[in-house]
Amino acid sequence: MNVWIAIGLTAAGCYLAKYAGLLVPAGVLERPLVRRMAVLLPVALLAALTAQQTFGDGQQLVLDARAAGLAAAALALVLRAPFLVVVGAAVVVTAGVRVLG
Amino acid sequence: MRRVAEQTAPPESTGAIGAISVGPPGSTAPGAPPDGPPGTSPGKPDAAVVRDALAVGIAVGLSGFAFGVTAAGSGLSLLQICALSLFVFTGASQFALVGALAAGGNPYTAAAGAFFLGVRNAFYGLRLSQLLALPRALRPFAAHWVIDETTAVTVAQPDRRSARLGFTVTGLTLYVLWNLTTLVGAMGAEALGDTEAWGLDAASPAVFLALLAPMLRSTTERVTAGLAVLLALTLLPVLPAGVPVLLSALAAPVVLFLMGRRKRGPAVESGTTSREKTVEKGGRDA
Repeated sequence: MNVWIAIGLTAAGCYLAKYAGLLVPAGVLERPLVRRMAVLLPVALLAALTAQQTFGDGQQLVLDARAAGLAAAALALVLRAPFLVVVGAAVVVTAGVRVLG
Repeated sequence: MRRVAEQTAPPESTGAIGAISVGPPGSTAPGAPPDGPPGTSPGKPDAAVVRDALAVGIAVGLSGFAFGVTAAGSGLSLLQICALSLFVFTGASQFALVGALAAGGNPYTAAAGAFFLGVRNAFYGLRLSQLLALPRALRPFAAHWVIDETTAVTVAQPDRRSARLGFTVTGLTLYVLWNLTTLVGAMGAEALGDTEAWGLDAASPAVFLALLAPMLRSTTERVTAGLAVLLALTLLPVLPAGVPVLLSALAAPVVLFLMGRRKRGPAVESGTTSREKTVEKGGRDA
């Protein structure tokens, strides 16, 4: 049930955010401070999520095969690889390290 | 979800839109000037617009497979996973929600984190409503497709007709493929068995990293990302699941505040200054 509550809230919230942009008069969202916040908020959230899902295990910090996978993804990004190659590199390297370890 | 091979950074659209990168090499170049001088261009051929849109849709839609597998590995039912892709339809929020639930977060903090990631779509919608000029009756339906990739393709088009075509084809391709691949991934996860042995638990953070990378264009973004990582990892052991990520979002206002103070001080970093100017210019132009 909890999962359905989360899905319902996320679906409603994300839809309203999308729709709001099409409806709201331009002036409201075009203020420089609001715009800069809109740019930085995803940066902060994505960085936090990346770190947590790489080094987090429940409530513990761990260094495991995922870190190697993410390093591979970072390398692929530096080499300007396509999206799927980036994700694929992370998966393959993580699995490889687990096999070796 | 978006491609990262090409980065669009048209100075006039710095802001939410400027952070987008999309398109396989040689297909789309969002933000690039249209062919020919303005005014004389006869408009982009429909076939070219459709080709760009399909390429983006296919490349990105396929990563729905990773979502389906990840979500199944997190213990969600097939129905729940498909409901997410059908009704949320914005990749980063879906991955974030599934990750938060898997970590044992309560539904409200999990949904809040997913929602905050989805807020950027409001700024895309703002830009798209100017480009597409949709009738009011169509807006509630078009809204569901207002995401990173459709915006990137649409803003790259030289005129309204191409913009509408690009938006529609990208939106349709992505929606169909994202949901189909989610379904396949979710069903395939059972066949795969232990998803961790296949390294699939690394897919979700890699997706986040791929989304984040093109956004890290100036000192402001990099400092924000660094501070957010620090907050997330420091708070992880001491706070309930889901809460550390939400608190990490505070890195954004904190950095904006500090950068604002530095801008008024004498020792201003050149990169930051030009970024601020660009953003303000973008605000005026739009």
